[in-house]
Amino acid sequence: MNSLADQLLVLCLLLNFAVLGTSRLAFSVRAVALQGVILGVLPAIVHPFSWHLALIVVSIILAKGAVIPLLIIRAIKKAEIEREFEPFIGYIPSLVLGALFTSLAFIFAAKLPLSPEHEGLLVVPASIATLMCGFLVLMGRRKAISQVIGYLLMENGIFIFGLLLADAMPVMVEAGALLDLLVGVFVMGIVINHISREFSSIDTSRLSALREE
Amino acid sequence: MMWAIVLFPLLGAVIAWLVPDNRRRSFVLPVFAVAHLAMTAALLTKTPAASPAGWILLDPLGKLTLIGNSILFTVCAFYAVGYLNYRRRRQNRVLCAALLVCLSAMTLVSISQHLGLLWIALEATTLTMAPLIYFNHNARSIEATWKYLLICSVGIAIALLGLFFLAYSTIVAKQDVTLLLPTLISNAAHLHPGWRHAAFIFLLVGFGSKMGLAPLHTWKPDAYGEAPGLVGALLAGGLVNCALLALLRVYQIAVASSEGALFQQVLLVMGLISMAFAAVFMARQSDFKRMLAYSSVEHIGIITVALGLGKGALFAGLLHMINNSLTKGVLFLACGNIHRAYNSKSTQHVRGALRRTPWSGALFLAAFLAITGSPPFAPFVSEFLIVSSAFVQQNYWTGGLFLTFLALIFIGMASTVLPVVLGEIPADIDRSPYRDTIHTVLPPLVLMGLVLMLGLWIPAPLQEILHQAAGMLGGDA
Repeated sequence: MNSLADQLLVLCLLLNFAVLGTSRLAFSVRAVALQGVILGVLPAIVHPFSWHLALIVVSIILAKGAVIPLLIIRAIKKAEIEREFEPFIGYIPSLVLGALFTSLAFIFAAKLPLSPEHEGLLVVPASIATLMCGFLVLMGRRKAISQVIGYLLMENGIFIFGLLLADAMPVMVEAGALLDLLVGVFVMGIVINHISREFSSIDTSRLSALREE
Repeated sequence: MMWAIVLFPLLGAVIAWLVPDNRRRSFVLPVFAVAHLAMTAALLTKTPAASPAGWILLDPLGKLTLIGNSILFTVCAFYAVGYLNYRRRRQNRVLCAALLVCLSAMTLVSISQHLGLLWIALEATTLTMAPLIYFNHNARSIEATWKYLLICSVGIAIALLGLFFLAYSTIVAKQDVTLLLPTLISNAAHLHPGWRHAAFIFLLVGFGSKMGLAPLHTWKPDAYGEAPGLVGALLAGGLVNCALLALLRVYQIAVASSEGALFQQVLLVMGLISMAFAAVFMARQSDFKRMLAYSSVEHIGIITVALGLGKGALFAGLLHMINNSLTKGVLFLACGNIHRAYNSKSTQHVRGALRRTPWSGALFLAAFLAITGSPPFAPFVSEFLIVSSAFVQQNYWTGGLFLTFLALIFIGMASTVLPVVLGEIPADIDRSPYRDTIHTVLPPLVLMGLVLMLGLWIPAPLQEILHQAAGMLGGDA
């Protein structure tokens, strides 16, 4: 079972690079959503079945795989932006830095011991590497939507770690954290909407001001 | 009763949302604020025992935060009625509802003993503040909101990872996994050191960015500068204390483990760095609301230094937490009035506030003197205690740097505040309808009275709570 989980975690790591290397926003959102679905499936593979676990699996897949991506895709459509332009950190440097961070994450993880039942899992390096890649996207991109994608990548990294605690954390905490994330992305979506409206409305308001004179 | 105090403001938020009339809606705020204050008083006199699972308990540290927030919110609620009267055309439905939701979340922060629950409440305060900062709906405020939302969300996400690390350190140490504070404190010494260490670092960075410890403070000047005065007051006096309480919970665990000394060392350095940043950026600040943000960074630094010093300084640090939040309330509300009266917050245009708005000008001046640590106001007492405790510990470097930064900050802040309050009113500025009225002056005046009172006399019950709280952090009880 653990080897399957490890393969999925490696897939998560590869998806990080997909986000780092692309300028197309819709593609990044899909990559992050796919990562979210993998995150939802992982606890089901690693831990034995329980209703508590089933609830977590369903809610993570729903939130990260469906609701949040839809919110962002809608924001992208409304703002009529398809691509990231002139990022602060270019795509090739992003990929190189991402690779560097991923290897550093493996070194960092080697210093921290896992409890016996999690031995051999790549959870910790995958979690830290995803967090760092998310941070890289957040810092390196210019568009607000790209920054939200970076934030989601970071959150995914944190949820990967949550995998180790999936059967130990109270449901309320997990649900609360997920709800906060949802509301957070929702608020960010509204703000993005206002940003695009503000910057197109500046022109029209100027036009009316001239007319009055 | 414990749940009532959290749920009651939410009821207020729903009512505020449903009231159709833009002018009458603001009256919901003081009604619920006063009720919240009364419930706080009731909880303080007769504190209920912990909830069955141990998640909810009002301990002395929580009491301090709750008192400060409840008083500050009540004052801001009364002020809001007067303020919104001046901004009748602006839709205030979201503002009123979000303020009350934020009050509920702040209350939950102060009573939760489960770190997961505390995290959720803290994140909720972050999110509810976003629409409040965006109240003015212009390009500048949206930029500030975006910066605030992103940096604080990232910070708080990092803190969540820190909490996960902490929980995992209990698994590695072969204990039942938990994030309940009392259990964590009693087992702190047996947690796995590597994971515990990593957890402390992540939690410090996460909560530090929410508190605005330098160099994680970059969102503060924008958010404080663009938010309306009363929102600024709640950010600088209320939310900061909530994040600080979260850090104090981590501090409790750190002190109980073997890493207390190291953790304190880190806090000491970060506190001094924050003060240094504030001293540098305070000088020649041309926007007096942004200047207040740096003052907030400074005072967070002061409190962090006190935590870093430990022992006797803890009492003073906790006292400063209350003093800072009350004084910041006066500063932001007075600033909001002056901003309104001049329609500008640039020191080029705003001069001679003492003539145009005598009360607000005088309050701004008095609060400036108070916050920079002049006697007989309350911050003087707490800052003096912190410095003297540094020297008692023979930590001369800290004491010396602390005093130097305070002096620099005094000069920097005075060079902005004095012209604003005292100078000549420029001839070419616009007229504005705002004049001081009882609604917008009395609330900060009451707060100023409290700041003065705490400087001269600390009531015995408050003193007792402060001592108990300092004892919880490992200080001299």
